[in-house]
Amino acid sequence: MRRWMTRWTVVAGLLLACSAHALTSEEALGMAVGESDARIEALAKAVAHGDDKTAAYLQALADDAVKVAASKVLVVKDGQGLDPVSGQAMEVPADAEDVMLNNRLRGEIDTALAALKLFSSELSLRQQAALALLKEPDASRVPVLEKALASEKDAKVLALVRQALAAAQLGHADAAQRLVAAKTLAGSTQPEVLLLLNQQLTNEADPAVQSALKLAVAKVQDSLRWGERLGQLFTGASLGSILLLVALGLAITYGLMGVINMAHGELMMIGAYATYLVQVAFRQYLPGAFDLYLLAAVPVSFAVSALVGALLERSILKHLYGRPLETLLATWGISLILMQAVRSLFGAQNVGVENPAWMSGSVQLMSNLQLPWNRIIIIGFAAAVLLGMALMIGKTRLGLFVRGVTQNRPMASCMGVNTTRIDTYAFALGSGIAGLAGCALSQVGNVGPDLGQSYIVDAFMVVVLGGVGQLAGTVYAALGLGLVNKLLEGWTGAVLAKIAVLVFIIVFIQKRPQGIFAMKGRSAEA
Amino acid sequence: MNNKLQLPAAPALLTRKAWTAFLVCLLAVGVLAPVLNLLVPVGSAFHLSDYAIALIGKIMCYAICALAMDLIWGYTGILSLGHGLFFALGGYMMGMYLMRQIGRDGQYQSDLPDFMVFLDWKTLPWHWQLSDSFIATLVLVVLVPGLIAAVFGYFAFRSRIKGVYFSIITQAMTFAAMLLFFRNETGFGGNNGFTDFKRILGLPIATPGMRMTLFVLTGLTLLGCFVFARWLVTSKYGRVLQAIRDAESRVMFSGYSPLPYKLSIWVISAVMCAVAGALYVPQVGIINPGEMSAANSIEIAVWAAVGGRATLVGPIVGAFLVNGAKSWLTVTAPEFWLYFLGALFIAVTLYLPNGVVGLIAKFQRKGGAA
Repeated sequence: MRRWMTRWTVVAGLLLACSAHALTSEEALGMAVGESDARIEALAKAVAHGDDKTAAYLQALADDAVKVAASKVLVVKDGQGLDPVSGQAMEVPADAEDVMLNNRLRGEIDTALAALKLFSSELSLRQQAALALLKEPDASRVPVLEKALASEKDAKVLALVRQALAAAQLGHADAAQRLVAAKTLAGSTQPEVLLLLNQQLTNEADPAVQSALKLAVAKVQDSLRWGERLGQLFTGASLGSILLLVALGLAITYGLMGVINMAHGELMMIGAYATYLVQVAFRQYLPGAFDLYLLAAVPVSFAVSALVGALLERSILKHLYGRPLETLLATWGISLILMQAVRSLFGAQNVGVENPAWMSGSVQLMSNLQLPWNRIIIIGFAAAVLLGMALMIGKTRLGLFVRGVTQNRPMASCMGVNTTRIDTYAFALGSGIAGLAGCALSQVGNVGPDLGQSYIVDAFMVVVLGGVGQLAGTVYAALGLGLVNKLLEGWTGAVLAKIAVLVFIIVFIQKRPQGIFAMKGRSAEA
Repeated sequence: MNNKLQLPAAPALLTRKAWTAFLVCLLAVGVLAPVLNLLVPVGSAFHLSDYAIALIGKIMCYAICALAMDLIWGYTGILSLGHGLFFALGGYMMGMYLMRQIGRDGQYQSDLPDFMVFLDWKTLPWHWQLSDSFIATLVLVVLVPGLIAAVFGYFAFRSRIKGVYFSIITQAMTFAAMLLFFRNETGFGGNNGFTDFKRILGLPIATPGMRMTLFVLTGLTLLGCFVFARWLVTSKYGRVLQAIRDAESRVMFSGYSPLPYKLSIWVISAVMCAVAGALYVPQVGIINPGEMSAANSIEIAVWAAVGGRATLVGPIVGAFLVNGAKSWLTVTAPEFWLYFLGALFIAVTLYLPNGVVGLIAKFQRKGGAA
């Protein structure tokens, strides 16, 4: 009973607040030490005229970041003491003690915090607070919410507050109240509300409320459905873009040149390690511009992988053209050597590649649709690489030569094309694109010596499915596989989805051995 | 005028010299090794250590695989990257039987294998029903990989999937199977696979006698496979296979359908691999899905390539050379093993198209001419 009373005092104090005045150090101390009841009273008083500093202090209390030394409170942040009242930095005395919170106090502080935020002058803070209260409803917050309902002017926040209130009253003893709550919640678009409604549905005895709940569940599901669909589509497109990046280089080295490049994955790994090295260099020499390291890493990873590719072509692969199965074995050997070399140089453990700040975080498009920036950027990057490659193959003189040599080598040679040099360029281009893929992969996964191994089978599947020698096919195959894989994943789980996709590819190749887009020709050997 | 086509006489199964060598090998495996290991005392210079027996036994299993790979790749020109799967399948069939032989001696003292108790399963899943019988296991070792190979091969060869495409889809098949075997609910022990075997046919598995029995059995199987393969490739059937390898379209235009030839040699090769797997598991005492990784299948191809494709002695020599080097290097200089293996891949493809055996034959020819 006493507990309820004090909660009421907190809220009542809030209701009476007319002009905010700053937090005083006595109040801060009163909330931090003493008997629980006295502290709650102090809390109520402070909240009654709370300002942003009070909110910050309460947050610090809730985060266990407050210490007391010689009857003075201080907020400790990253080892640095702060006076909560003046905001000035101060030494943390050696005898400073942690402020202890029991569960009751913790609950009080949480409520007070939510309430303070709910009446903040900033619209976004109010919206956040209402959303937080909606997601974690608690009957004890009803009075605060009712007060907010009366004072709120913004229509969007008002709707949220109303729903939060309904959520808090969903477990009300009065069936009529529950009915109203269920009807209000039907307008929500939060996935958490769905859980809440379903929970209540299992406990609900009143048939009228039951049907209202069912209706509300259906409505919320309806409004969530699009978010889910789009979310799946996005993860599918994201996987597709990664597959595309991984397969594009192979589409040149294998698709156009006929080299079964088992070292393709290791060329990606080299790109990823190049990214790692650029990152280390930036941290060492240009810490101010650290966020820009990725921009520098893109050309570097391309150049390093392209160089390695060119060396391999000159030294080994040029002797093996026209013997595809031999290239398979030789490139497998190359991949073993490259992997072991990286292991010797950097160790067998994964190395840490940090996302730059502009790649972390996400955009919230719908209540249940959140798109991480790194995925969005990689989709854009894949599109850019694809565009660049298409222009290069389709519009430049080098591209013309590459196409000529792959279509009819002796004829191209007769026309004065230096075919061996074109081979080297083309292989270096494919390898460089593998390096770009590695650069992108370093932003979404682990960078280790085995990085390439996990993608090599996928890469070949994409190229084979798309049709060897067909860039457009590679694009369709990558996006298609990405989407199908993710759709199946929601249904059967990741591993079974992967197996299903592999089986599908095996069956598909039986039907169309030349891939989705077959090269037109009359050769019996094709 | 006699227009009758003169067919060249079929070559003898083995020359006299080869028969002698064969008998020497037979004696070495069947008599010499057991005597040196079991009867010669441990301190003696002639004693063959248990380690050597285990190693040679293991490599002989690999040699059977290499021989199987040679039949399909060296003689028919189809590079399979799925032989690791058949090897592992044979191993798993045998492993299931060995798991059942543990009986109640497992950690949980249950009738079921330990991993099933761990997963809280109450009864044997359907595919374990036959695993109690040794005879059934022997049949399954041949039947299951054989059937899988037959179905896969029938559709693949019927669609005239060739060359690299075939290699890649066999790799996809192996990869899919590996993912499947890694799952706990498929009932093959997940990541850990099967291990801790106790006995075979009711007899304890870790005794010197049993080790030697398995060793001799493996050796005899290897020699048997060799003669069988030799008989295959010297027959008319074998000549059609080589014709398919060299010019498949011409074979078709000559009125042969390549499908039954390719399919049958593919199944034979798969079954040989499975038998090797079944012999391998009781000797090394473990089988897990790692055996199906792409690397293992490609390594089989390298044994064949190092020794010399399209010769039958070559793959066996290759398996011994590569694996001998592996067990030596991984002990003395572990970080160099992959460099060595990688360089071997490259060197063999660039400079030794006919492998070690081809190299020796070349020197012999030169010596004979001089």
